[in-house]
Amino acid sequence: MNKTINQKAWYFVIPVFVLVAFNAAIPLMTVVNYSFQETFGNNVFAWEGTRWFKQILLSERFHASLGRQFAFTFIILLIQIPLGIAIALTMPKKGWGVPVCLILMSMPLLIPWNVVGAMWNIFALPDIGFLGYTLNSVGFDYNFTQQPGDAWFTTILMDVWHWTSLVVLLSYAGLNSIQPAYYQAAEIDGASRWATFRYIELPKMKKVLTLAILLRFMDSFMIYTEPFVLTGGGPGNTTAFLSIDLVKMALGQFDLGPAAAMSLIYFFIVLLVCWVFYNLMMKNEAQS
Amino acid sequence: MSLELKNVEKKVGIDTHIHPTSLKLEKNTINVLLGSTLAGKTTLMQIMAGLDKPTSGEIWFDGKNVTGMKVQKRNCSMVYQQFINYPNYTVYENIASPLAITGVKTDEIKQRVGKVAELLKLSAMLNKKPDELSGGQQQRTALARALVKDSDLILLDEPLANLDFKLREELREELPKLFEDRDCIVVYATTEPSDALMIGGNTATLLEGKVIQYGKTLEVYNKPENLISAKVFSDPPMNIAEITKSGDNCKFTDNDVQWKSSAKIKDGTYKIGIRPHNITTYKEGNNSVEINGKVQISELSGSESLIHFTNGNLNWVSLSNGTQQKNVGEDTKLYMNTDEFLYFDQNNRLVNNG
Repeated sequence: MNKTINQKAWYFVIPVFVLVAFNAAIPLMTVVNYSFQETFGNNVFAWEGTRWFKQILLSERFHASLGRQFAFTFIILLIQIPLGIAIALTMPKKGWGVPVCLILMSMPLLIPWNVVGAMWNIFALPDIGFLGYTLNSVGFDYNFTQQPGDAWFTTILMDVWHWTSLVVLLSYAGLNSIQPAYYQAAEIDGASRWATFRYIELPKMKKVLTLAILLRFMDSFMIYTEPFVLTGGGPGNTTAFLSIDLVKMALGQFDLGPAAAMSLIYFFIVLLVCWVFYNLMMKNEAQS
Repeated sequence: MSLELKNVEKKVGIDTHIHPTSLKLEKNTINVLLGSTLAGKTTLMQIMAGLDKPTSGEIWFDGKNVTGMKVQKRNCSMVYQQFINYPNYTVYENIASPLAITGVKTDEIKQRVGKVAELLKLSAMLNKKPDELSGGQQQRTALARALVKDSDLILLDEPLANLDFKLREELREELPKLFEDRDCIVVYATTEPSDALMIGGNTATLLEGKVIQYGKTLEVYNKPENLISAKVFSDPPMNIAEITKSGDNCKFTDNDVQWKSSAKIKDGTYKIGIRPHNITTYKEGNNSVEINGKVQISELSGSESLIHFTNGNLNWVSLSNGTQQKNVGEDTKLYMNTDEFLYFDQNNRLVNNG
């Protein structure tokens, strides 16, 4: 059989090509451009080679914000994933409770990010905010604008409030896809509640949990708006996570070269962690 | 040892899932629950197992009232239509799981799992995970889990429905043998009359939450108490027509086909049921009668031929051996084996059961 030669199909690829070009490739190349050169405005560039990259990688400021970033992401994953699963397990499976729970759960996800930040800022103010005032009146010396520990506590609490729902919804979907026969079989075997969770629910939720962890990792690693509105990176630099630090460098100090280099390093870290994570998960998948 | 349901009824909201049912299943028997989807087979099994409570009525096991007793406290096992195994356990661990939970010693577990695995041809797969097995092997694993426990009651809920044809045939042949020397009651739910015939034992025909008839499988098949039971236990569907009988002569109401009947029943109008395989393209038996038919559909099923035909108002199915090709719309002659006719009275009860 002769294959019909028709190259017109390539035209169908053009929209995607254009979209990706303007959406990702061209902006990224601009950043790459800045990262290797020094500029003083007026479109005058001077070649700097890998100087900015070396500078960033060796700078203590970058190490500190990277460390804060990993700590933050690690802590919120540690809280949100188990909490999300736990909430999903207690949600009703049928009846009027299902829509009620689902809507309540989706609420925080629907609120714009800077609104979340503003909300929590006011909520946590030690003099007038409900949370801040209450904590102080029961004897805690709480002030998130001045004490780093309190600032971290508030930021983490805000993120848990904002994003645990996502883990809940994903886990709930995973749980609902388990056929009732599995539970019956476990019941007949006399398996305990914990064994049912460990050997039926958890393995069956593996795929959605992988997705949840990956999404929460990426989102929290790139977090900007909420802490920016809540603490502005302060007090001092104690809650300046990577993207907050990056914006300070790029727009505050107008160090475009180092900021571009930092962006690329930042991007590669996210890419690398996702790649490692994905491969580990897939390797597990292939084994089982 | 026996399992007895006494007037068991199950209502969910305003729907009645099981109408008051009494059934006594004896030790060392295989009992088939035969009925279409939604006939109540699964509900009935779940009540038997104790996974579900009846709305009213009692369940007695081994002379004890076990109504409302939890499934964990009863010694039963269940196999489902879906292949239910623990996903991250190996086949060995899966089969061993019911024993491990009850605290059987490792040596004994090993020996019992080995024995069951051999019986179900799983010996070579003991270290694999369920995902790596074929559907048939997954279901064998589930069966092994049910068998390893020495349960008093083994419930099989359409265990072959999700298997492809070849595997189904293979496992269906093995099943009755697996339960032969076991000291237990086996309940097997299926939608397929042929499954019931193959497995033998006893059969209960079910329709819309009611047990229509319970008895020895062949008896239920050959002598259905009533038309409903006969319909449930017939695939392809039973052909039904109204007839009048005067003396030895019988005649269809809808056409002129006549035959002599030796059935010892009074004169009058009856309904008859004819199983499709008793209408054939060739003569069978000494008392066959010819009927004309217009072919509607002609299909081959393995080495058998299904011919759907009409005769006046009658819209019937015939099942003949061999591959018989007929054209749609063709007029053809078929032969009915009148010895096998089932006669039902106006209340749909079988009358020629002698």
